[in-house]
Amino acid sequence: MKLTNLVWKELFERKSQVITGLLAILLGITVIVAIKNISYYSEKAVAQELDALGANILVLPKSVTLQNYYSADMQGEEFPEEYVERLSQSNLKGVDNLSPKLSLPTEVQGHKCTLTGILPKSEFQAKAVWQMAGVFSRPEGCGTVVAIPCLTPDQPKETLVRTRVIETLTNTEALVGADVASALKVKADDSISVMGKTFSVAAILPQTGTVDDSRIFAHLHTVQQLAGKNRVINVIEIVGCCNQILQGLVPKINGLLPEAKVVTIAQVVDTQIKTNRMMASLSMVFLAVIVLVGGASIANYMYGNVYERRREIGTLMALGADSRFVLKMFLFKALLLGLAGGIAGYVLGTILALLLGPKVAGISVLPMPTLILWAIGISVLIALVASYFPARRAARLDPFATLQEV
Amino acid sequence: MLRMEAVTKTYNHRGPAVTVLSDVSLEIHPGDFVSIVGPSGSGKSTLLLALGGMLSPSSGIVELDGESLYELSPDQRAELRGRKIGFVFQTFNLVPYLSAVENVQVPLFLGGIIGDEQKDRAVSLLERLGLGDRLEHKPSQLSVGQQQRVALARMLANDPSIILADEPTGSLDPATSAQVMEFLVQMNQEGRTVVMVTHDPQVARRAKRTLTLENGRICNECESQAG
Repeated sequence: MKLTNLVWKELFERKSQVITGLLAILLGITVIVAIKNISYYSEKAVAQELDALGANILVLPKSVTLQNYYSADMQGEEFPEEYVERLSQSNLKGVDNLSPKLSLPTEVQGHKCTLTGILPKSEFQAKAVWQMAGVFSRPEGCGTVVAIPCLTPDQPKETLVRTRVIETLTNTEALVGADVASALKVKADDSISVMGKTFSVAAILPQTGTVDDSRIFAHLHTVQQLAGKNRVINVIEIVGCCNQILQGLVPKINGLLPEAKVVTIAQVVDTQIKTNRMMASLSMVFLAVIVLVGGASIANYMYGNVYERRREIGTLMALGADSRFVLKMFLFKALLLGLAGGIAGYVLGTILALLLGPKVAGISVLPMPTLILWAIGISVLIALVASYFPARRAARLDPFATLQEV
Repeated sequence: MLRMEAVTKTYNHRGPAVTVLSDVSLEIHPGDFVSIVGPSGSGKSTLLLALGGMLSPSSGIVELDGESLYELSPDQRAELRGRKIGFVFQTFNLVPYLSAVENVQVPLFLGGIIGDEQKDRAVSLLERLGLGDRLEHKPSQLSVGQQQRVALARMLANDPSIILADEPTGSLDPATSAQVMEFLVQMNQEGRTVVMVTHDPQVARRAKRTLTLENGRICNECESQAG
């Protein structure tokens, strides 16, 4: 006989009461695990969609007013390209990609378009909308973006396109936006003359529905030469992690580049932030409900259990049990209840998330093993706190009163 | 030795104070067998529990082997009970979800005895009481007489020097009652002190002496012949 046996056997003796007492905390943990699981993958999906829109922070010359994201690099003001080095060599957390640009209005075969100079690798990394051209690539660190299935490295076609574009874009190569390509009737490997310079078309970018469709992209340094401007750019697009933006990334970039203006694409960031906050708020609401309802349920069950077992407690005291033993007996029981509630809640919540994720949020959900620690922690904590006062009452019972027949 | 000196117990439960024990003094020497009789409400159970360190008197002293019980903390009294006192209850008070052998193991476990020794001693006690074939039965699977025998085995588990029995035969048929009394007499003959509350004059006569309580006072003391 050990304390464990004693508590375990008592739990099994009153199974239905245990289940009733645990029900509230079990359901609470189940719902909150399901919400956390779905919201985690939902946030990932939202982050992926937002990233597809491109950058969420712009670095502009001080005097420029941000009209909108897509015209911001057409304002004619410039600043040194050296800003890019400052940023890339800094230790700022959450700068997931940099894309310096210099844009010039131009005309090709009578069609108005924009010649945009880019530093290819960073530009392509930032632009998930070009994913079909295979130029999408994400550095580690942000953690907000999940893999895009059609771009997994084991797909030969995309890997091939990606290699050609990213690694071999030279001073004489250009990427042509879908609208421009359509208007000029050019295709990959054709030649195109822009501002007196002939470029070979490395790829036609897929339709994005943005102003990028009217752009011709060439190497930044080539465009700078054509514009007669030395090492200047008029915008740096930054893909920043939304969480880091929340934690003050913009002021940090401002501190690094005091001569420039740093703005966020508010709508893009706000959408992510609002989604995150909504999910966090929902989780907090359920957490509060668990603590209150689950705690009250456990406390009620334990008070009932103590009352029901008064004679048993009195007998144990008559046999030599001290108050610490009685307290320990009830708290150990609470610990087991908490463990059971946490584990069962995690399992049920995960199943619920797997079932409801695709239906409710339209996303695929995978089990999150880390949530089991969270579920057990919360459940055990609630069970112990809620049981403390009933357990203390048991420990302080008057043995004479409990043995009324004596 | 158990000793009470000028013990008074008064209750105040939402009404006028009720005195259950009034200026009770007594001495019970080692090896004594005392029965306590009296009408319902005369204070018999209160006296027994006060002797067992389960009920703090309003005034007076209760001593066990020279140690004032109620100057000890509740936990120290619990430890002392576990070591020196064995209780027998009218309704047995077995733990319903434990088997017979586990019920007997409880005081051993509380006394710090663990492992095989714990179980071996419990089995041995139950065999001594003729319940060797009922070790794994729960109380609900045992007859009333068998339950009381499990309770007696549990009482003996820590080899107490003092046995406090409250109506030990109150729920039993005459045959089983006789067996239980035989057992208590045997325990007394082994040198243990037995204090027993009873309504039954025949049962009371098995004790060496009888104390009669009326209105919380010991009104006389009658010596009787044991056996």
